[in-house]
Amino acid sequence: MTVTPLRTHPSLDHLDALESQAVFILREVAAECERPVLLFSGGKDSAVLLHLAVKAFSPQRLPFPVMHVDTGQNFPEVLEFRDRTVERLGARLVVARVQDSIDRGRVVDPGPLGSRNRLQSVTLLDAITEHGFDAAFGGARRDEDKARAKERILSFRNGFGQWDPRAQRPELWQLYQGRVNHGEHLRAFPLSDWTELDIWQYIEREQMALPSIYFAHQREVLKRDSMWLAVGPHVVPREGEVTEWRSVRFRTVGDANCTGAVESDADTLAAIVHEVAVANVSERGATRADDRFSETAMEDRKREGYF
Amino acid sequence: MSDSTKDLLRLATIGSVDDGKSTLIGRLLVDTRQLFDDQLDAVAHASQKRGVGDLDLSFVTDGLRAEREQGITIDVAYRYAATPTRKFIIADCPGHVQYTRNMATGASTADLALVVVDVNHGLKEQTRRHLVIAALLGVRSLVVAVNKMDTVNWSPTAYQSVVDEVDTIAGELGFANHVCVPVSALLGDNVVDVSPVSAWYEGPSVLGALEVADAGVWESAGAPRLPIQWVLRQDGGGRTYAGMMNGGTLLVGDTLTLLPAGVATTVTSIRAGSGEREDAVAGLSVDVALAEDTDAGRGDLLAAAPLPRVTRELDATICWFGDAPLEAGQRLRVKHTTRSTPARVVSLDGVIDITTLNVESTRELSTNEIGLARLATADALAVDDYRDNRVTGSFVLIDEVTNATVAAGMVGRASFLD
Repeated sequence: MTVTPLRTHPSLDHLDALESQAVFILREVAAECERPVLLFSGGKDSAVLLHLAVKAFSPQRLPFPVMHVDTGQNFPEVLEFRDRTVERLGARLVVARVQDSIDRGRVVDPGPLGSRNRLQSVTLLDAITEHGFDAAFGGARRDEDKARAKERILSFRNGFGQWDPRAQRPELWQLYQGRVNHGEHLRAFPLSDWTELDIWQYIEREQMALPSIYFAHQREVLKRDSMWLAVGPHVVPREGEVTEWRSVRFRTVGDANCTGAVESDADTLAAIVHEVAVANVSERGATRADDRFSETAMEDRKREGYF
Repeated sequence: MSDSTKDLLRLATIGSVDDGKSTLIGRLLVDTRQLFDDQLDAVAHASQKRGVGDLDLSFVTDGLRAEREQGITIDVAYRYAATPTRKFIIADCPGHVQYTRNMATGASTADLALVVVDVNHGLKEQTRRHLVIAALLGVRSLVVAVNKMDTVNWSPTAYQSVVDEVDTIAGELGFANHVCVPVSALLGDNVVDVSPVSAWYEGPSVLGALEVADAGVWESAGAPRLPIQWVLRQDGGGRTYAGMMNGGTLLVGDTLTLLPAGVATTVTSIRAGSGEREDAVAGLSVDVALAEDTDAGRGDLLAAAPLPRVTRELDATICWFGDAPLEAGQRLRVKHTTRSTPARVVSLDGVIDITTLNVESTRELSTNEIGLARLATADALAVDDYRDNRVTGSFVLIDEVTNATVAAGMVGRASFLD
């Protein structure tokens, strides 16, 4: 046994290796599936995913549309970034609105301040059926959650859009096989093996643009469920809650009423990379109320067809 | 945690149920501070709720409800760890025999296997099965954690008897190197730091062994191979051919042969995510331009000499995962590199006895059995032996009705079966 570690792939560092793996998956699914779509929310992970998709097929245009499941409770900075990015790339954007699912009576309106997070699964599955998509690329990472840590890179969904964690297809080597019968579909996760730190190191290396709310800024916030929530149309102070101005940034971007901000002075990519490298709390633990319902909140939502 | 770039080691845990694989990984992650405070709190909370003590380390990776209820691992959990020199992708694999297909999923991309053996029981049949599969899948290095040493009062004799068993089977299966470490995953001895409790032991901790293991180098051995995934049309006409490199390094100016057509051509440029480059190493996604006008497309292979053989008949080692047995005459679909084509089982040439490693004659392969078969394919495939190339030597078999993946296939047979 040697004392000096040998590089597993000579001259490939971990970001090159992760980039190459993601590009490989994007090309493989695009080639094997009839009608793929890339889920793009404007968040950092889906921004990296879209950036990689552009690289995978450059100089051709993207061979698939991008889709946003719009809860109607987004941060305006994120929607602005979504539209600007899609226009810059000349990509085709499909917007599936939770409000339309409510209007059609597919889901119950939780009220102006209620969470629409869980309703997204219905809107997503209806859009997949309506457009006949047989594969949906998502930016989910296995380090985010214990149920995601169990999921295949190509994750099979039955005719009801459900994930069955007890009966996943074997996935050997890099032989990703994307064959599905009519009505079934795949979710494909090219960023499965990336960690939060890898994402930020890659964004810094590529000097990618992101929504401004990822960088430290002054914002009016209030403390609820031990999280800093941004005061705005979807978060109104309740009795006894005090609002204050703080220097914050967002580590994850979901709906405005269930995504917490973290106190931070990191206003550059280099500062964010450093902050993430020394963090004591996970990104979802710090910022996502939607994961706190139960021990298996993510697993339960994924079984229903969630991202 | 350093934020500089580093190399990447993929490892899979293997071993029988209840020998402590998930507990060891939990311990490794907790003691190297890879877990965030809230994740650790959640594990503690779940442990107390289910009445399994203050902190059940197996809950770090056993994240599904059924796994926590039953106290077993059903499917692979992927976890990530980093030390100042290395980044690890850890596939924590299930031990139960009915989930062998999930273990194979985790091991198929691994550079190294972390084997966990309960010192009280030695090598169980399921551990032997996993070692055979790991050897077949081309894992060449083992780190063997001889676990639960606290329950035998850190007896060097008990440890040595497991080491002897491991030495024997590692030799039989042809692993290039293996390191044994006496540990208590539960208490953390010799997992991250070497413990004073085993003063008689002079080797590294589990983490120490993982940090210096020289695994994975064979991915870049042999001649360059580039299976074509996608043809990119360039602005102003012209095409480039996209795919992931494997085998040896490809250079601009190299002569390649397009297979199965057999047409010679020259590489005029190489491009990767970061732009134009002079070379492409294994694991890099690239697109290349060729000097000659060819009709190359998805499923074709660009290869340098020595060339793979082009064939419609394959002798292969098969790990069968289907629910119904595999029999001669059966029709399936094969996916090999980026090509997919119908296939038929011409003959079943034996099943491997996990205990003796002998090949016995058989009429069928049952679920989780490993055997030898001859397949005929509709399209010609350009194949290498698996022992020479992990990409051009591997394939999966797909059920044509359900589209489920029902087998892992390796061209040729492992040297321990010769």
